[in-house]
Amino acid sequence: MGVKDYIRERFFPHLWCPGCGHGIVLNNLIRAVENLGLDKSEIVMVSGIGCSARICGYVDFHSLHTIHGRALAFATGIKISRPELNVIVAMGDGDAVAIGGNHFIHAARRNIDVTAIVMNNRIYGMTGGQFSPMSGYGIKASTAPYSNIDPAFDLAKLALGAGATFVARTTTYHVKQITDILEKAIPHKGFSVVEILTQCPTEFGRRNNMANPADMMEFFKNHTVPVGSKAKKKNPDLIERGIFVQKEMPEYCSEYDKIVEDAMKGQQS
Amino acid sequence: MNKKIKFAQGNEVCAEAALYAGLDFFAGYPITPSTEIAEHLSIMLPRKGGKFIQMEDEISSMCAIIGASLTGHKVMTATSGPGFSLKQEALGYAIMAEIPCVVVNVQRGGPSTGIPTHGSQGDINQARWGVHGDHSIIALTASNHQDVFLMTVEAFNLAETYRTPVILLLDEGVAHLRERFIVPEKGEIPLLTRLKTSVKEGVDYHPYLPREDGRLPMSDFGGTHRYNVTGLYHDMWGFPTTKPTIVHRLIHHLVHKIEHNVDRIARFKEYYMEDAECILISYGFSARAALHLVKNRRARGERLGLLELQTLWPFPSHVVREKCVDARYVVVVEMNMGQVLQSVKLSVEQPEKVFLANRIDGVAITPTNIKNILQVIRGKGV
Repeated sequence: MGVKDYIRERFFPHLWCPGCGHGIVLNNLIRAVENLGLDKSEIVMVSGIGCSARICGYVDFHSLHTIHGRALAFATGIKISRPELNVIVAMGDGDAVAIGGNHFIHAARRNIDVTAIVMNNRIYGMTGGQFSPMSGYGIKASTAPYSNIDPAFDLAKLALGAGATFVARTTTYHVKQITDILEKAIPHKGFSVVEILTQCPTEFGRRNNMANPADMMEFFKNHTVPVGSKAKKKNPDLIERGIFVQKEMPEYCSEYDKIVEDAMKGQQS
Repeated sequence: MNKKIKFAQGNEVCAEAALYAGLDFFAGYPITPSTEIAEHLSIMLPRKGGKFIQMEDEISSMCAIIGASLTGHKVMTATSGPGFSLKQEALGYAIMAEIPCVVVNVQRGGPSTGIPTHGSQGDINQARWGVHGDHSIIALTASNHQDVFLMTVEAFNLAETYRTPVILLLDEGVAHLRERFIVPEKGEIPLLTRLKTSVKEGVDYHPYLPREDGRLPMSDFGGTHRYNVTGLYHDMWGFPTTKPTIVHRLIHHLVHKIEHNVDRIARFKEYYMEDAECILISYGFSARAALHLVKNRRARGERLGLLELQTLWPFPSHVVREKCVDARYVVVVEMNMGQVLQSVKLSVEQPEKVFLANRIDGVAITPTNIKNILQVIRGKGV
């Protein structure tokens, strides 16, 4: 099948700006789903609010465009009630770790079998370029006109600390790696977090001397290194990409199945 | 006579009734005075293969039941006061996306943290207007355990019929009171199931194109039809749109599917109403005191009647208007500053004959409280 078999052509053209990285994420998500041979009817794509959230309308899966920050809570209800479905959640950075931060850490703690893709463009794009918890110190934004003094989260460390059993990071420059990581993250039995640095030239780049989308991708190329590389030790400002953790731990729905089994036994005796 | 009689707390009755109605997914968060509903379901749901989850907060509980409903399950959450406030945004989402679910709000005194362990009926108007934007809503209530059972089942039936959230407005008094009730036999209360689409696989399915009767046949997530669900204004495929004609049509559909069926949704009870010159209108826990007083005064020859409302939203104005047409006085008995009073005044032909008998100090209103207020209304002093 080709890419067109996985999208809803009726709803195109998409609303993303020229140069936006979100289309690259969409493209690679579809490639990963195709390579994994998944049935479209067995996938539920859930999203929150913002530019990133629109991704779920364009894919020909069951799709749920929810409210700001709560995508993982909706996804939790879907997954527990129908564990056989593949649940993929797409969120922006503000969506995932500002307004939705609580749901993010608790979904990770439960290790529920959901794949969370965080499309991190370090800005609130749809509302016009306000800083997010991922913007970082020194960044300019429409609500940080002098300079942002809020430090950023390290999303991978946050996910690890909260208990996620698959944590990875890549960028829209490293397209092959996006597909490779998603092909591992989606079948992973447990909560998987894939952070994808994606460019917002319109709202982030324009304010931070990277108005050209190619400049932003160049930044991803020059400022990221593979996990565990020596370059990171020499220059701590470099961003690591790759898989940080991939481990087996009891998964929430499987554990609940045991509860059901016990409760039913108690009922019979 | 093989009737199964139980003695239980109102919250447990609500949980039992939900199971009777076919509940198979519950998400909640601890909050007084509704927590026993979650506790009871955490025991009972897994026994029938259902799922119970305690979420990280009130918001996520509301979101989780919406997700589970989309996969074809009957779902419920339960909360109180502050928790009900937190659920409003997701409640609005369920209204907009037309997702059946039941939300129990065991009312306590507010605003804010208020008086958690004491009763109140202060959330009547929040149930109607807590969600931003134009919309309609169904809200039911009950004054005794037999009716808590019935209204809980009705809440599920109405949610499935109208594809909307239904709010069950209990109050602390009913929820924590222990009394007997008869467990209805299987089949005694009809159970309505979701209207499913008959559109075959491969044929274009329009999840948000209402039939002539306004109903939307559903397809489960995980089924053959893949479609989009959103809280934005949406077209017949569920895809976001700002097209004025579609926006106009959708808001009318959301409001009219409920407001045009107000007579079908209205549930109420009448006591001694035939020749009543003074009609008490009440609901929930306060209706018990009102009924006690009515019986007591009838024995003394006073022409008192009680109209107990069980559907609060959409407000059954036609019922109130018709029943009160010959009354000299209409007295609304409630435990708030006059929330149903407003709706009653708007419903009757002579609003100046409508009075309030209330108590708002966290203590349940008593028959004597109501009697004293009636004396004042009649100009007889206390």
